[in-house]
Amino acid sequence: MIIEHPLLGPRDAQEFVYLGDASLIDRPDGMAEDSVECFHDYLYLRSNPAGLHRELWFHEGGDRSWLVVTRDTVTHEIVKVELAADVARQRGRCR
Amino acid sequence: MAYSAFRIALEAIRGHAGWSPVWRDATPRAEYDVIVIGGGGHGLATAYYLAKAFGVARVAVLEKGWLGGGNVGRNTTIIRSNYLLDANEPFYEFSLKLWEGLSRELNYNAMVSQRGVLNLYHSDAQRDAFVRRGNAMLLHGADAELLDTEGVRELAPFLNFENARFPVKGGLLQRRGGTARHDAVAWGYARGASRLGIDIVQNCEVTGFRLKEGRCVGVETTRGPIAARTVGCAVAGSSSRLMGLAGLRLPLESHVLQAFVTEGLKPCVPGVITFGAGHFYVSQSDKGGLVFGGDIDGYNSYAQRGNLPVVEDVCEGGMALMPMIGRAKVLRMWGGNVDMSMDGSPIIDRTPVDGLFLNGGWCYGGFKATPASGWCFAHLLATGEPHPLAARYRLGRFLTGDLIDEKGMGAQPNLH
Amino acid sequence: MSAPNRLSHRLPGGLIDRKRTLSFRFDGREYHGHPGDTLASALLAGGRMLMGRSFKYHRPRGPLTAGSEEPNALVELGGGACREPNARATTTELFDGLEARSQNRWPSLSFDVLAVNDLLAPFLTAGFYYKTFMWPRSFWDKVYEPAIRRAAGLGRLSGAADPDVYDKGFLHCDLLVVGGGPAGLTAALAAARAGARVILAEEDFRFGGRLNCDAGLFLGADQQDWISACVEELSSLENVRLMPRTMVFGAFDHGIFGALENNPPQAASGPRQVLWRIYARRTVLAAGAVERPIAFADNDRPGIMLAGAVRAYANRWAVAVGRQVVVFTNNDDGYRTAADLMAKGVEVPAIVDTRSDAAVDVGVPVFAGAAVVGTSGRLRLSGVKLRLSSGEERSLKCDALALGGGWNPNLHLTCHQGHRPVWREDIAAFVPGKAGPPGLRAAGAACGAFSTANALEGGRDAANDALEDLGFRRQDVKLPEAEGRTPSIVAFWHVRSKGGRAWVDFQNDVTVKDVELAHRENFRSVEHLKRYTTLGMAPDQGKTANVIGLAVMAELSGRTIPETGTTTFRPPYAPVSVAAFAGRSTGEDFRPRRLTPSHDWAAEQGAHFVEAGLWLRAQWFPRPGESHWRQTVDREVLATRGSVGICDVSTLGKIDVQGTDAAAFLNRVYCNGFAKLPVGRVRYGLMLREDGMAMDDGTTARLAEDHFVTTTTTANAVAVFRHMEFCRQSLWPGLDVQLVSTTEAWAQFAVAGPNSRRVLQRVVDPEFDISNEAFPFMACGEITVCGGLRARLFRISFSGELAYEIAVPTRYGDGLIRRLMEAGRDFDITPYGTEALGVMRVEKGHAAGGELNGTVTARNLGMERMVSAKKDSIGAPLSRRESLSGEDVLKLVGFCPLDPAQPLVAGSHLLPEGAAAQASNDQGYLTSAVYSPTLATPIALGFLKRGDARLGEVVDVANPLMGTRVRARVVSPHFFDPEGGRLRV
Repeated sequence: MIIEHPLLGPRDAQEFVYLGDASLIDRPDGMAEDSVECFHDYLYLRSNPAGLHRELWFHEGGDRSWLVVTRDTVTHEIVKVELAADVARQRGRCR
Repeated sequence: MAYSAFRIALEAIRGHAGWSPVWRDATPRAEYDVIVIGGGGHGLATAYYLAKAFGVARVAVLEKGWLGGGNVGRNTTIIRSNYLLDANEPFYEFSLKLWEGLSRELNYNAMVSQRGVLNLYHSDAQRDAFVRRGNAMLLHGADAELLDTEGVRELAPFLNFENARFPVKGGLLQRRGGTARHDAVAWGYARGASRLGIDIVQNCEVTGFRLKEGRCVGVETTRGPIAARTVGCAVAGSSSRLMGLAGLRLPLESHVLQAFVTEGLKPCVPGVITFGAGHFYVSQSDKGGLVFGGDIDGYNSYAQRGNLPVVEDVCEGGMALMPMIGRAKVLRMWGGNVDMSMDGSPIIDRTPVDGLFLNGGWCYGGFKATPASGWCFAHLLATGEPHPLAARYRLGRFLTGDLIDEKGMGAQPNLH
Repeated sequence: MSAPNRLSHRLPGGLIDRKRTLSFRFDGREYHGHPGDTLASALLAGGRMLMGRSFKYHRPRGPLTAGSEEPNALVELGGGACREPNARATTTELFDGLEARSQNRWPSLSFDVLAVNDLLAPFLTAGFYYKTFMWPRSFWDKVYEPAIRRAAGLGRLSGAADPDVYDKGFLHCDLLVVGGGPAGLTAALAAARAGARVILAEEDFRFGGRLNCDAGLFLGADQQDWISACVEELSSLENVRLMPRTMVFGAFDHGIFGALENNPPQAASGPRQVLWRIYARRTVLAAGAVERPIAFADNDRPGIMLAGAVRAYANRWAVAVGRQVVVFTNNDDGYRTAADLMAKGVEVPAIVDTRSDAAVDVGVPVFAGAAVVGTSGRLRLSGVKLRLSSGEERSLKCDALALGGGWNPNLHLTCHQGHRPVWREDIAAFVPGKAGPPGLRAAGAACGAFSTANALEGGRDAANDALEDLGFRRQDVKLPEAEGRTPSIVAFWHVRSKGGRAWVDFQNDVTVKDVELAHRENFRSVEHLKRYTTLGMAPDQGKTANVIGLAVMAELSGRTIPETGTTTFRPPYAPVSVAAFAGRSTGEDFRPRRLTPSHDWAAEQGAHFVEAGLWLRAQWFPRPGESHWRQTVDREVLATRGSVGICDVSTLGKIDVQGTDAAAFLNRVYCNGFAKLPVGRVRYGLMLREDGMAMDDGTTARLAEDHFVTTTTTANAVAVFRHMEFCRQSLWPGLDVQLVSTTEAWAQFAVAGPNSRRVLQRVVDPEFDISNEAFPFMACGEITVCGGLRARLFRISFSGELAYEIAVPTRYGDGLIRRLMEAGRDFDITPYGTEALGVMRVEKGHAAGGELNGTVTARNLGMERMVSAKKDSIGAPLSRRESLSGEDVLKLVGFCPLDPAQPLVAGSHLLPEGAAAQASNDQGYLTSAVYSPTLATPIALGFLKRGDARLGEVVDVANPLMGTRVRARVVSPHFFDPEGGRLRV
């Protein structure tokens, strides 16, 4: 596969390490009352769609960016690649 | 019709006109006691044991495509019970015992070949881990032997002992492990189930669940609705997709695992050998092909095919371990979709929807579990209670922390 | 030159270089051929038709084809470690001295004992083995299976390491053209002239495809002249790479193709094969088509060959495959074979055409509406039996039969991503479907355009379409005038007859009867048919067989072919050697080797090295007179504890953490607190995974308010850095913190033992006070050594002694170790390796790899108090789950055998004293076990249920795997100096 890195252009997927569902960006509050339940859902449950999937890849053999790749899990077609930091900010994560 | 050499001789004389269908293709009825979704190894075994061991015969197996077309027909056929953890080892040992009697039980030769499974180690740390695992196997009544370098050399003199990057220091051997003919397992269970009156329905895709007051009372299919009090899903690789129809999210990811076979060769590899310093394991089929594989591709996929980096990685491991296979030629490569679970262990459990049960999460190791999985899932479907040997394969274990993590990789499916 | 009759099958002409004669051997007998020959063509020229045996019935076989789809003529090539099994004689390029042997026969090819299977064929039907071999049970393992295995298999591996070199390469292009026949050549020309970067890959060693094999395809121009002109032009262009002998074997995601390039035989240099990964923006598949046979009784005898192959042997290789060649066909193509043969003076006694309206006036007797219903001859065809349209049967003498059942487009690559082909009734073949791998177009015969004119145009047009997509200008390539008729065909798959076996899959011996049996037993889906009968599973992967099998099944079940199913294909297109996929990553080069900064120095000391991941680390440093590694390690430990030792610890991961929020960041990735760590101090940190399990541990030093240096274990260096970057970028992108891995940037040495300070004081520049008061336990600082070299000093200890770790830029590592050794000479400074390091850490009860196995929590480690409840940190919430936080969990404790003569073994399980060795009594396991020279007893660490509450208790350390059981006392894991007084002096 080829991943179109937003900063570096097309790179072979072999340069990357895969983590999984981009929802891992949405880490719950660890100090909340129901944190065990929230973290269970966050860490263990997956939508695992057959179709478009937003997922985290790390450019370990490159610039060490974490990317959010939107990829079809049936055809492997990649439709979008973003910096994870940008996505995280869009989702309201900051400090 | 019972199979035997005599029967073959008789048919040979009659021009083989007397053979009948190995299983009966049924048209679905309006209602069953139990519906098993998935006509693969686990689904068919479940149906067989439901009738055979638990006396439930009003059962249908619904298969989306052709029987045995999922992972039971795409794996590398290894059977073994070399597990470490209490939650796993008795289950897989039970499975291995069922394998040992399977051909006769089914009157169908599944070509169970107990020529040994040898896991190699290349460091002291790996040896320590294998000692712990081997001892666990023995404490559970399975067989295990620890070999040193010389012991391995005796068994497999063709391994790279001379200029290895990671020298072979020894191995953990389970002599009762080995391989079985994967397709025959599906066909044998299908034949057995069919003979016990179970309906096997091919080309029947489940498109939804019928729920009534929060309870599952049947399924919608491409061939119409079918009612049942109990519905069991055994569709590993697609569990998330199917259970999504019931509104459930599972602790699973679907990944692709590739496998490879070479052209036929005269016998050269005894039993199953796994490399401990790279991703490579191999056995030789009855027909002579080297059947081998390695790691999963590592990204979510439903595509039943993989990519070159993993192909190369696996072959690099093969050449590093056994450089004699260099001129063997890869004939075919294929991929299977596997349910990778969050701790690397399976799920056989009730779901939050009453009457709906799940058998999945087998990662890349479901084939060896087929008989025990069928048995334990049948127990659950028939009695509503988990079988003691599968009592910890619960959906809720991630919430309680009662994890079954053989490799210690945590909640990252592609590392298991 | 040997007897002239050996070459008597040679015809005039052909694309062979008659000026040179090559000699070679097959089964020990000498033959001759010419450059341009394949092994098969040269053998045929020498009158040798019998080349192999079938898999199951050991039927004698000659070649069926002239290409890589060959099912029969598989041979062993070469000798010794270079022996290659299952080589296709039909594609093996001939060279002088080639050695080939037939395979899967005993004692000889012409007399094969296992041919007895052929007599037993009535019993050995498809899947017979599933129905028997079950009685008596013990016979399966001991008798049946070994016998089946011995009989199965084709060629033999040499058993020795493959001695050849294989390589890998990466190529990028605008247009990849797969296949160098008429369509491929025009495609490449169009793209090349447009200025696109073009790769033209051709499986054969000669470009031209069917233009080399068929006469009269061009109306006017000379076919060879045109090919030469094309190749000449293409080779002259910088933007074109011509790759003959290159088989594109797979179409992978995003336009990545796998290709295998063979070096010419006996090439003076270069690897045997190169595996290319080709990144193509667009691809034209111009791989041609493969002919298929017709099934009829005994259609597998040597001398029965596909009609197109017969033509190819005659035209390209100037070989008459027989003296009297009957043609059996269901389409016009067979007539071409007859015409070409007759033009070369070969007798064609008859054309047997299954079509009742077949032409009759072609200068040869044509039997329209007839079929071949049987054949005779054992090692070579001697005659055929016909059934005429009248029903009358007639025998014909012949020594070869050209069989034309129609052509299957080579659409394999279009299926590699799960797309399905579609059926075209008019040509009775599957063609590529509308959907296929993105960017790939098929042209010419590969998409069912069977005339030469269509191929030429199709190639050019496909390339032009691709060029347009990419923004290049379309090119008007002038095409030679060529025949434009699509051969007409009336599908005909198999001849129905009573008795006799009609082969569908030649290599695997699958006959029409087997397909019938599969149908009867309900193996009716294509996949069931394939798996039950093994149709299409042989080395040729059913290239000639699958469609016939499908057609027979369709007929039996009363469905059309597309209703019955489609054929599909998986990579590789043709088999690829395992060695090619591995390239140079074999033997000691399997993976790179990482060397520590002191590696050369350690090697000079005679160190024994051990693999630690990719690292090679000094395990111990033997001295003369030491005969066992334990002696060495004991000495290293005692010398360190007694005076001073030194160890390279550069392999530990080092991560520089900088920024105004660095402390806040570390406070979240470690479960214990870092916010209040003062500058100039080091703290031990425990890092959890989000699931609450211990991920890694290490020390973190605060060099400045906004600057920390974190260390990781050697094994987890990469994963920890990745994890921390994830936290930084994806969880808290707003924190002002930057990370950089500096593992390779610093050489770091542990200097440990009561005299360590004295040694260091001789190296550290005098302006830095490292006295106990100025630089106490857990202090850190940036200093200079050896007169101005910048360094970092940490007063931390893994050994439990007064100890330091000193780091200098990597390139000074070798110099520093030598200076330290020099400085420590008075104190008998002793280098120690990973083994002594391990012994000392077990004596101190520090957790390491054996303990941090991914399934233990801080509580298991006895560190639950480190998990701060006052803050949110990775892993803290889920570490509070009920099964992880109970009192009944495993706890890390120490063990001493009651009898110090009895060693403890890591991996042993812990049982109550005297309890039966069964799982229900299992209470834990040993993680690390060493001999402690300090305490003069074996000691071990392990996890024991409620272990911390059981100190003093005696348990059994059971190791049934090695047959031992040792009584041991449960003790604190801190065996040595539990108060840590030695650290602080």
